[in-house]
Amino acid sequence: MIHPIPNGTRDVLPDEMRELRAITEAMRGVFEHRGYGEVWTPTIEFEDVLRRGETGVDPAYRVFDDHGHVMALRPDMTVPIARVAATRYAHADPPLRFCYFAHVYRGVRPHRGQNREFLQAGVELLGSEGPDGTVEALTLLCEALDATGLTGYRIALGSASLYPALMETFDVPADVGEGLLAALGASDFVRLERLVGEHGLNDALVRVPQLRGGPGVLDEVTGGEADGLRAIVAGLPAAVADRIVLDLGLARGLGYYTGAVFDVLDPALGEPLGGGGRYDDLLARFGRDLPAVGFALNVDRVHLALAGEEAVA
Amino acid sequence: MTRDPDRLTIAVPRGAMLRETLDLLDAVGVDTAEVRANDRKLLFEDVGIVTMRPSDVPTYVEAGAADVGITGKDVLTEQEEREVVELLDLGLGPCRMILATVATPEGEPDPASEALRRLGVMRVATKYYKIATRYFEETGRAVEIVEVKGSVELAPLTGLVEAIVDLTATGTTLKENGLVIREEILASTARLIANPVAHKLKSAAIDELTRRMRDAVAPTSSASAA
Repeated sequence: MIHPIPNGTRDVLPDEMRELRAITEAMRGVFEHRGYGEVWTPTIEFEDVLRRGETGVDPAYRVFDDHGHVMALRPDMTVPIARVAATRYAHADPPLRFCYFAHVYRGVRPHRGQNREFLQAGVELLGSEGPDGTVEALTLLCEALDATGLTGYRIALGSASLYPALMETFDVPADVGEGLLAALGASDFVRLERLVGEHGLNDALVRVPQLRGGPGVLDEVTGGEADGLRAIVAGLPAAVADRIVLDLGLARGLGYYTGAVFDVLDPALGEPLGGGGRYDDLLARFGRDLPAVGFALNVDRVHLALAGEEAVA
Repeated sequence: MTRDPDRLTIAVPRGAMLRETLDLLDAVGVDTAEVRANDRKLLFEDVGIVTMRPSDVPTYVEAGAADVGITGKDVLTEQEEREVVELLDLGLGPCRMILATVATPEGEPDPASEALRRLGVMRVATKYYKIATRYFEETGRAVEIVEVKGSVELAPLTGLVEAIVDLTATGTTLKENGLVIREEILASTARLIANPVAHKLKSAAIDELTRRMRDAVAPTSSASAA
């Protein structure tokens, strides 16, 4: 008999489970060794608490509890950990370091490497400013990926505040700016170019977000955001710096990023394995004003990339 | 497919846009002789070309099975959820997404508006479910979308629907079937798209291809944003 399971979910059977477990155990070893203690939080949270994060990702699954409160399945782990830091570590001295291996839930179109329920492996470093905190996170990220056996990966590095700063420099009106950010968010450079042309804005608004490559691309921009990226790259160990591809148009989907953002890319997979960035304002919304940085990896995608690398090796 | 950082796999649309696309590829230095000579083969590994239906191009590019691809804006709009980078308007294969209904004698109302007025809902046949649905939502009209796979023009002639949403280049087929264009929904041309990971890891090759294509499709303008 066939008994269906919800769209975007799946069963993991022992052969695959062993491989997934090898990946998560390798990463857990690295995280713990670097002082990132593992936490569990509830899979369901009050919707009000999740909304406080203003992440831009709405919870996809909601349920009522026996008192009629609306609860939701968490769409990420950053907001629950912000809640934990504010409530359980209200007076602890920063920095705070946490890691997690947890399923999260999003109303996405299910496809290879993306389910609606998926396992994330990640860390949060709270109370450590950029660039030092960002350097620590990127170094840890590469160490964890190395531990899984992945060899071909790269880290695309950009800044969530770079394009808004650029728009300010060129006096882009607010309503036009929204259109530019939407086009950039959709990676639609045709629309971006058209909007910039229509409103007679500076060419840099089209050129800069398409700059990608080695540290040399930073020579083409000025301002505090570029300096911030330079400081990060300068602070990285050589092995990590070699993995970096700068991407000045990098726009991550989640709304809470404030500075450096990064995506993990591997030539063996057509989409990012995960990513992260700085979210210096998020914890203040929960009453504990600390700068923070973190990343999350989609464990299924890391697994697919490992299998892909094996296939060409 | 290819892991060489300088080599790109290009998804090329078969059908109406094929000839113009191959001409463009020749102009930017990709040898298409083998593709032109062989009508049935789909994969040309030596030149890094794969050929497919235009509506499959975003699928291959999103998954990274091709690094870059060429397809119409109509296809990209219908498959809006695909994670691809839209790099360049190539201006090829210009066409329009339109709303058409059967021609009516002078003074008689358009059957779609009439259905909407008297019955509260009009039936619309289309192959572009998402574009049609969103268009009628935006224009505040109640419709029943009927998805068809074959000739859309047939649907209003047989009374299946009152209107169609379809793509037209010249309008000839519509006219021959006694249909008239009532509204234009969007204008479409071919776009160069890229896989988001390849866009970063093969940035030099993709930027070079984009630059050459920009020059090839607009040889007189001085590459406005380059």
